[in-house]
Amino acid sequence: MYVQHKSHAQLAEQFNRDAKRVDWHDETLWLVRIKRDRAASQVAEWEQLREAASQIKNNVLSNLHDYLLQFEQHALANGIHVHWAADATEHNEIVHAIIRKHNINHIVKSKSMLTEECGLNEYLHGQDIEVIDTDLGERIVQLAKEPPSHIVLPCIHWKKEEIGELFHQHLGTPKGNADPQFLTAAARAHLREHFLAGKLAITGVNFAVAETGEVVVCTNEGNADLGVQLADVHIACMGIEKIIPQRKHLAIFLRLLARSATGQPITTYSSHFQKPREGQEMHIVLVDNGRSRRLASDDFRNVLKCIRCGACFNTCPVYRRSGGHSYHTAVAGPIGSILAPGLDTIYLLPLPCVGRAPMFAR
Amino acid sequence: MELILKNTGVNRIFVDGRFSYNLIDMNVGLFIPCYIDQLYPQVGIATLELLEKHGVKVSYPANQTCCGQPMANSGFEHLAHNCNRNFINSFASFDYIVCPSGSCTLHIKEHLHDAKLEAEATEIRKRIFELTEFLTDVVGIQHLNARFPHKVGIHQSCHGLRGLHLAQMSELMAAPFSKPGQLLRQVQDLELISLDRKDECCGFGGTFSVFEEAVSVKMGQDRVADHVNHEAEYITGVDMSCLMHLDGILKRKKSPVKVIHIAEILNSK
Amino acid sequence: MSSREKILAALKQNQPARQPLPDAHTGRTQPGNLKEKFIQALTDIGGKAVEAQGWKAIAAALREAFPAPAQIINTIPGLNSEFEILSSKFHPHDFRNVSPAILQGQFGVAENGAVWLTNEQMGDQALPYICEHLALIISQRDIIPTLHEAYDRISNSTYRLGAFIAGPSKTADIEQSLVLGAHGPKSLTVFILD
Ligand code: SF4
Repeated sequence: MYVQHKSHAQLAEQFNRDAKRVDWHDETLWLVRIKRDRAASQVAEWEQLREAASQIKNNVLSNLHDYLLQFEQHALANGIHVHWAADATEHNEIVHAIIRKHNINHIVKSKSMLTEECGLNEYLHGQDIEVIDTDLGERIVQLAKEPPSHIVLPCIHWKKEEIGELFHQHLGTPKGNADPQFLTAAARAHLREHFLAGKLAITGVNFAVAETGEVVVCTNEGNADLGVQLADVHIACMGIEKIIPQRKHLAIFLRLLARSATGQPITTYSSHFQKPREGQEMHIVLVDNGRSRRLASDDFRNVLKCIRCGACFNTCPVYRRSGGHSYHTAVAGPIGSILAPGLDTIYLLPLPCVGRAPMFAR
Repeated sequence: MELILKNTGVNRIFVDGRFSYNLIDMNVGLFIPCYIDQLYPQVGIATLELLEKHGVKVSYPANQTCCGQPMANSGFEHLAHNCNRNFINSFASFDYIVCPSGSCTLHIKEHLHDAKLEAEATEIRKRIFELTEFLTDVVGIQHLNARFPHKVGIHQSCHGLRGLHLAQMSELMAAPFSKPGQLLRQVQDLELISLDRKDECCGFGGTFSVFEEAVSVKMGQDRVADHVNHEAEYITGVDMSCLMHLDGILKRKKSPVKVIHIAEILNSK
Repeated sequence: MSSREKILAALKQNQPARQPLPDAHTGRTQPGNLKEKFIQALTDIGGKAVEAQGWKAIAAALREAFPAPAQIINTIPGLNSEFEILSSKFHPHDFRNVSPAILQGQFGVAENGAVWLTNEQMGDQALPYICEHLALIISQRDIIPTLHEAYDRISNSTYRLGAFIAGPSKTADIEQSLVLGAHGPKSLTVFILD
């Protein structure tokens, strides 16, 4: 886990020493918000969708016990191994045990904020297991030995010239080449090797359907799919709040997710994993890590409704001008400040987020 | 059609598609936030004159003090009990309480409680109005006799915008409206400028500006720049506190652009 | 007590009073011309739509777009052509140079340009993700307005993998510049059969 000793104000002050860079950061994120607004405005029933999603999540939280059991029952019937982890340590140990059983020391991982929260990479690193983050943005921050600064846009704080230099050092691309097209192609070739060699793939989970026992994973790059479909073992790690009751509810959440996140009508890939591939072994790790405690709090329960779209980051005027690394939590930004297990104060949650977040419908 | 509504504790008469009030019988208490009293008395005076001009009978309870918001927002709500009691004692007898600050209005609306006088506190929470919403929703002003021949930008302060819904939040996919804008449009010769980001926070945020100086300053500079880029001569709003923050930035930049509370514009001749 | 029991016990104790499930079908957009909407949405997300009169036209269009020696792999029996048929002799790694793989889609979604298919249509589940270029075929009749209708159609069917594929693999992780072909196919063509 990344431990910071400076306050948000101090780190934000450092970030603000380069005003031009702050402007660039602010403008880039503001553009994403404009894209979101444009996409949302094209759906006549947008606010109704948000309201329906919020109500479904209310229902989920009021019945999480039964839904999890229902989910487990169906997943088991589908031939999936289901594990329960009370906290981050247990999650990491469960994942490690599966890896060890297969005698593997190199794994590929697609984006999962839960594994960030649990510090899985550092834990496995300590066990001599190499974890390759395959999302381009996550790979960039991994090469730079940094945590992601945004849940949807992990390296939004990096300039292309800096990424060019990073790739020059780590992937041997020519010095001075900062063309995004070229750099992406280089990363593609570099990560292809890891995909082809990957025997075990870890993914996050966007939604888990109680009624069917399936998990849905959304990416634009296709890295989760490539990892899973080329590997012998798939481990999907999820917080217990990711449950939704029925498959048809996916319509509402998938209509909201990508539009809120990037302004796309849907992510390129929305993959529904219901049963393992023939010959493949599939595991789901259900993680509590403070969530069941959060559920008891009338003031904080709503954070468990968050779908990690990142919209509140893009609209947050403080986040845009202080950067993700000024926060002290695995999930940066406004929502991260209240999501972090154990944090019991609303810390710096600026007002604009509340009205905007897909889940915090009034 | 006539319909009596009692949701504010005062009879409101719904006639011809809008509320109308018997202004003569209305007993309004003027709540002037402490920093306006100390630093911007002209805003309090403009508020009083403006209300009286529109036939509202206004009293100023002289014992009023700070509403306790700075304490409450910093996590010391338990130390604000005396402020709450004093507020209740000062304002419980009025039909309406009107205040030229969205932020202080929202604080009372959401947080005024008193273990012994909770019934009175509840009534006050329902009867307090920010000045512009009082003018548009209660007095129902359609025609202002004011003139202000300048280019003006509105700063939509967050508490008024998100807490009191004085205007539509830009991220909601819903019909736009703006109560301050509706009033400013009635001012003769006033040109309202449009902004790139119409409801971005200015970074003041009360104690936020103290604890998060760097971000607060940057947000203020960016907010000012948006107004300046669109050639505002004045930046106005419903919260003098945000305007004070912006004014500090303008003055350091030696900018000719000025800040002015909306009551002063609406009261100008 | 195992963690499973601990978590379940905590949930039982901490979850709030039961809240009702809302109607999941509130507020659907009214369909316009579905084919046009689909083509527009697909184009917006970097995909390409081709309206085709029949299987022959599709085969010809593909050959023209991917001239020999491009390796074209076909999974659709109806598409009678010279293209190589997917068979078990392939290892998933072999698909990395396939340009394109041709797969049947079950239906397309007008609001977002996505095509739904399951492992049944994929042949090999790695194929649509590892190939260099991807071609999907749907029938014009199978274009539906929104994801709500999509899940009505999917209903309670079972599959190993069910997938919406919407456009080519893409990323904007480097300074928000859109690049097609992040890890998966660099292009996606959807053929719409009359
Ligand atoms: S709090 Fe809301 S806006 Fe922020 S990431 Fe979660 S769902 Fe998205």
